[in-house]
Amino acid sequence: MNDAVKQPKALFQFSDQRLQYQGRTVLDNLSLSIASGERVALIGESGAGKSTLLKALREQRPDQVAWCPQQPGLVPILSTFHNIYMGALSSHSLAYNLVNLIKPLPGALNIVEPIAKQLGLEQHLFSSTDKLSGGQQQRTSIGRALIQQRGIFLGDEPVANVDEYQGVALLQLICQSHDTVVLALHDIAQALSICTRIIGLQDGAIVLDAPSEQLQASDLAGLYGAS
Amino acid sequence: MALSTPKSGTPSGTNSNNSSASALRNISFWFAVSALICLLLVDIDIGTADPWAELGLMTAGALSPSVWSWPTLLSSLANTFAFALQGVTIAAIAGFVLALGYRFTLVRAFCAFIRSIHELFWALLFMQVAGLSSLTGLLAIAIPYAGTLAKIYGELFEEVDPAPANNLPHTASRLSHFFYSVVPLAWRSMATYTSYRFECAIRSSAILGFVGLPTLGFHLETALSDGHYSEAAAFFYALLLLIGTLRLWLHKRMLPIYLVAVFYYLPPQATISWQLLVRFVTEDIVPAPLRGQALLSGETSNNFVQWFNLLWQQQVWPGLVNTVLLGQISLVFTGLLALALLPLNSSLFIQRRWKRGIGDSILILLRTLPEYLLAFIGLLILGPSMLPAILALGIHNGAIIGHLLGRYTEELDLRADSSSGITLYFYEVLPRIYRQFLAFLFYRWEVILRETAILGILGIATLGFYIDSAFETFRFDVALLLILVSAALNISVDQFARYLRQRLQLKTVPESL
Repeated sequence: MNDAVKQPKALFQFSDQRLQYQGRTVLDNLSLSIASGERVALIGESGAGKSTLLKALREQRPDQVAWCPQQPGLVPILSTFHNIYMGALSSHSLAYNLVNLIKPLPGALNIVEPIAKQLGLEQHLFSSTDKLSGGQQQRTSIGRALIQQRGIFLGDEPVANVDEYQGVALLQLICQSHDTVVLALHDIAQALSICTRIIGLQDGAIVLDAPSEQLQASDLAGLYGAS
Repeated sequence: MALSTPKSGTPSGTNSNNSSASALRNISFWFAVSALICLLLVDIDIGTADPWAELGLMTAGALSPSVWSWPTLLSSLANTFAFALQGVTIAAIAGFVLALGYRFTLVRAFCAFIRSIHELFWALLFMQVAGLSSLTGLLAIAIPYAGTLAKIYGELFEEVDPAPANNLPHTASRLSHFFYSVVPLAWRSMATYTSYRFECAIRSSAILGFVGLPTLGFHLETALSDGHYSEAAAFFYALLLLIGTLRLWLHKRMLPIYLVAVFYYLPPQATISWQLLVRFVTEDIVPAPLRGQALLSGETSNNFVQWFNLLWQQQVWPGLVNTVLLGQISLVFTGLLALALLPLNSSLFIQRRWKRGIGDSILILLRTLPEYLLAFIGLLILGPSMLPAILALGIHNGAIIGHLLGRYTEELDLRADSSSGITLYFYEVLPRIYRQFLAFLFYRWEVILRETAILGILGIATLGFYIDSAFETFRFDVALLLILVSAALNISVDQFARYLRQRLQLKTVPESL
């Protein structure tokens, strides 16, 4: 980790920073650097500052980040197709986007359909997202991130609402499609199996930062409950 | 990698039942198509040779307001305020009492009936027996507003949290129950809605001047008709100022003082000739062929059928058709305008606070202008056709709905990575607010139709045109019949809008509409 020669260029960098959420300091004296190619899991109790940290990461490179918030924030009456396509709005002209809103265009379908298939959503492509289950909505939200084809994926509990088996598969899909991945996760087993680096947050500070191969589930248990 | 689909998923994903948008889209499509067809059937030509010249004169007048008589201006301002405050006070009391019995169908029907008749029609009716008196002005506002407030209060009472009422001992009397567990919970909403209605009542009061009562509208009509635009501008600004500054000086604590003042200044009175009243009720409004005839005789009923048929062909049917056509076009135009105007006071589209302040002021100004006055000005500029009426109804109602929608967008919870500008509008905002938008529009439908009928008084051939002509020729039986027809139309549209709201599962709680 500290091998200066081998360390690739840092994508995200914090040095002694204070992060706030709604005027309240959540993380203080934060020093952290995340390099390209890393797969980082943020672990900690709710309220420990995972979401705030993710938000701050996104603000550092908003144009390179595919964003997957905890609340999918889908547009309820629009279809799965449209909600996935919304990730690609900025790479099409306004006229194209507006026509596609009224009548799905073949070009857009060609991009969205394979993604929906990967996510197991092909049967629900033209269902409104308010008719989907929580897990389906979350997969739609991942689809919106995938369609952006960006190098960095930032996800806040992106698979919290799907079952364990599907969750791992989805996380693998996310890691295949992005160079750098930072995830807030509550499932320690998932974190250890998917990510290369674990960052533990507790009481507004980083209390653990280590490669996952050096860690075991029991090392992380202390991050929850006991404090 | 393909993930297995949970069993809960329907076998055919393309099933249209799975799309919440399709029902909303269909209804919008058919409304738009119907409005386009209506547009082909009505006259929307510009009738004046040079509308720009008239508009130029008006603009010049608007920029150089002049008061020809301060006492006249101030007294008409005071009258406008007095009628509105008296009317809404009486309406609130009567509406409250009616709301107590709102679960009875008969009471509901009665309320629907009295509010389906426009305040101008009530004024025209009362003028026949009470003349151009302060009582006429008061009743013209109080009666339809009582119907509206009863409906709102009644619905508010039905919607309050039942828990406090259930926790009271059952021995208490029903009315004590009501005053302790229902009224306190509904009170805030009632006060908010009543104060909104008061603003509407000032508009109504001003408009009563167009049929002769001594409010701002009376002088506005005279000055505008004579082309004295500078003088008209003074009355116009007085109206805007009155409505615009209400919040600054009409405080709750001061209300009793204002109330005493308006009843002292303009006591509701009229010299009613009882003879005239009896004649009006027992003769004038009775259909001509039935007057003084044996009701059951074959000849009388023959005459009556003939009388009615002729009336139907010459007045009722054309009036109804034109009212519906104009109402439908105006409704859709209102909707389009509301959707176009809503970004003006939404922070999603205008980030700078001062710029949004300007946008907000424009919307408030547009909704402050009464449709009737806008249509009157439009007729002077554009000449007699349906065009000024469509514009007037659309601008006033579109600004009201646009303003509410703009505020509603502030509550939307958008993702940090959402788009901006036009894309944001169409992909994020419009789909999210569409249900609310339709709910607002359907609430407004009845109001738009009521106004459509009334604009006939200005010469557009809707029901109001035939009603006004009947009053002018002292054919009160015809006038009453036409007023009842217009009431029936409003009630039907209100019912239909209610049905649509329920079918589309739109929010049924009335906002400040």
